[in-house]
Amino acid sequence: MNGIVAYGVYLPCHRLDRKAIGEALGVPAGKGTRAVASYDEDTTSLAVEAARVALRRAPGLSPAALYFATAEPGYLDKTNATAIHAALDLPQTVGAFDMLGSIRSGAGALRAALDAGRPTLAALSDIRTGLPGGGDERDGGDAAVAFLCAPGTVSLPALAEPIAWASASAEFLERWRRPGDRASRQWEERFGEHAYLPLGEAAIAEALKQAGLTAQAIDHLVVAGPHGRAAKRLAAGAGTKPGAVADDLTGVIGNTGTAHAGVLLADALERAKPDDLIAVVSLADGADVTIWKATAAVAAGRPAATVAQQAASGRPVPYATFLTWRGFLDREPPRRPDPQPPAAPPAFRAEAWKFGFTGSRCQACGARHLPPQRVCLKCRAVDRMAPERLADVPASIATFSVDRLAYSLSPPVVVAVIDFEGGGRFQCELTDVDPRAVAIGDRVSMTFRRLITAQGVHNYFWKARPITAGGTA
Amino acid sequence: MASNGIRDRVAIIGMGCTPFGEHWDKSVNDLLVDAATEALNSAGVPIDAVDAFWLGTLFSGQSGLTLSRPLKIDYKPVSRLENYCATGSEAFRNACYAVACGAYDMAMAIGVEKLKDSGISGLPNIGAPEDGTKAGLTAPAMFSLLAPAYAKKYGLDEALLKDVMTRIAWKNHKNGALNPRAQFRKEVAKDVIARSPLVAGPLGIFDCSGVSDGSAAAVIVRAEDAHKYTDKPLFVKALSFIAGPATGPIDPDYDYTTFHEVVASAADAYRQAGIKDPRAELAMAEVHDCFTPTELILMEDLGFAARGTAWKEVLAGTYDLEGELPVNPDGGLKSFGHPIGASGLRMLFEAWLQLRGEAGKRQIPSVARGRKLALTHNLGGAPGECVSFVSVVGSEPSA
Repeated sequence: MNGIVAYGVYLPCHRLDRKAIGEALGVPAGKGTRAVASYDEDTTSLAVEAARVALRRAPGLSPAALYFATAEPGYLDKTNATAIHAALDLPQTVGAFDMLGSIRSGAGALRAALDAGRPTLAALSDIRTGLPGGGDERDGGDAAVAFLCAPGTVSLPALAEPIAWASASAEFLERWRRPGDRASRQWEERFGEHAYLPLGEAAIAEALKQAGLTAQAIDHLVVAGPHGRAAKRLAAGAGTKPGAVADDLTGVIGNTGTAHAGVLLADALERAKPDDLIAVVSLADGADVTIWKATAAVAAGRPAATVAQQAASGRPVPYATFLTWRGFLDREPPRRPDPQPPAAPPAFRAEAWKFGFTGSRCQACGARHLPPQRVCLKCRAVDRMAPERLADVPASIATFSVDRLAYSLSPPVVVAVIDFEGGGRFQCELTDVDPRAVAIGDRVSMTFRRLITAQGVHNYFWKARPITAGGTA
Repeated sequence: MASNGIRDRVAIIGMGCTPFGEHWDKSVNDLLVDAATEALNSAGVPIDAVDAFWLGTLFSGQSGLTLSRPLKIDYKPVSRLENYCATGSEAFRNACYAVACGAYDMAMAIGVEKLKDSGISGLPNIGAPEDGTKAGLTAPAMFSLLAPAYAKKYGLDEALLKDVMTRIAWKNHKNGALNPRAQFRKEVAKDVIARSPLVAGPLGIFDCSGVSDGSAAAVIVRAEDAHKYTDKPLFVKALSFIAGPATGPIDPDYDYTTFHEVVASAADAYRQAGIKDPRAELAMAEVHDCFTPTELILMEDLGFAARGTAWKEVLAGTYDLEGELPVNPDGGLKSFGHPIGASGLRMLFEAWLQLRGEAGKRQIPSVARGRKLALTHNLGGAPGECVSFVSVVGSEPSA
């Protein structure tokens, strides 16, 4: 049976203060903040960032398959998991599959990864919003989480193992959105509560029964779902011991939909002691409950930046900027040529570079090249190159500019010439950066982004971002 | 293997240059007819006398038909070429070689660009379909990368560097104010330049060349034939064109304070022309001031100042109209804008006027003091990945 041998959470750095919504629209908008994916992020790029963190802990283990779950896919028809697969530089033999369209697909992807019978990576990602002034805009959040599921080994022990699992499915119209719609719709709130509670109670009872436990034995209870009131009531009435119900983080990052149960599981793992029992309930179109037992290795699996640290290290984004990024505020573009989408054949030929950030190293003189070259820039040797991935190599800024003329959803564009540790130079955009704070010599790390979307094509590539004390670099 | 050059083998006998600016009322065809006609009249020859044509344009047309159609050229060779911002100079270089080798008796080099019809700021997109991984820097951003690198290397603070950049823009606008063909014919106060809205890095609007339409042309014959047409031909002393390996953006050893391509093409041109000390020997230089930091660095790359000292020379007025070595006496790209295909020939046109003593209010004193050589320079591309052109022309053949 697979357990979790590695995980990663990616919370985008931007936070929208709910007060700002209230002030702009003259409506009550509550307290706290929500996490906001940047203008150059989508659910695919968020998933890449989370999965990179997970795979960093398991350098020797390649999953046999990748399952990507989101309710907000970049593409339909075309698989999104293949871009994640390529960005993670996974072998061609690794299957890559989407589980799309609904929040429950997150619980399904993790379950499928546990049941896969071979090492499997599940990446759960979401970007949540709704019409301006609505509850979904206010209470939603953006995040991704990835779990590498495999049997634990001596060199890569499991961090937590599932000891019981139960589902309760039912068909009812509580929250829905047609493909292409910009916002979800929801039935009257009290109806959802009525429908969800018995399903959650039944699934929890069944899982506890399978595990031979009572609710009192649970050390950490996580309930996540699109229906906030139902989730809170289910948690409050579950009968666990005092203090077991985890903070659902919605006050700081919002409800991250497809990713949320996974994010809260990761947060619980970061607080868990060995042998702690963690019950995770996903309350979405039914209920899916997993009871986990933390292993002795649980502390060793904690990434450099914990969920709590990431949640606390956000930077504010103005409400008008948020609306612009999400497409609810159509701003006047600069008088510049329309951005061009990447062409399919060049992107196909350059997959290892474009998605994997794989350059080349000259085998004659050692010079690194980004993008990969056939003729060495230093010694001019021809076709003596070996591929070398630099996605995880830090770099420093050699020179830079703040481009106020270039087209961007979030001007100004900050561009930098960066030199990688161990050699290699590249010129690229900086992101998650304060244009006033950039300096020559600053250290940066690479991050996978959606540069633009033009003519219906997403242009995925890498940018650099400052390495900060609390960052995920 | 050698770059031998064609020193004094060919000469310019006539030139034309349209006013540069927003020619809402003129087409590419109109600009070409204007410039070609002026050049032919200047040489005193009919178009039938020209044996072959080289047309430089980046965006404004393809093939020789772009020129033969408006001029109704009767079944003659017309080449169309581009080489980024050196496009006009490349037309000139190729026309010179064709005459020098004896293939033709008389050739015309003509450049044109009509940028204002696109309706956008800056330059249109060009190029083949791509994989979407190139950083989409605008031209001012690419050249603004020079500024912090130069300042850091030579210990200038931001304010001092901005003063230097402002001084360059101020000087070029001051020169352009005296030029009836310039797009901008007004002096601009330094504080207006310094406080103009930022475009990229420390570059304000006034640190950037404008966007304009224009055309310029030259008629070239063998040097020995030149005096049949004019008493004051310009002899071609050197033509150097260099394409770099474009490794700057991927080579950690490139420091963004020089254009290696310019250094190489200047050395080649000086060798061809027999110039030992360009600052002491040249009467003037027209250089590619696409952005103010570009002109600053060109002063060092072209050998007009020692490394790390051009900023002091700029502030001291060395390159002013009355200075030791006037740079961009016609106002430069700053005052003319940069219709790509035309700019190189526009620069040559200023050399034509100045060395012949026909520059009017802009006439530089260095010519009267006996200097007889002028340099023109273009670069195209971006720091670390560019093409560079340097020519030297002179009013007298070598002894």
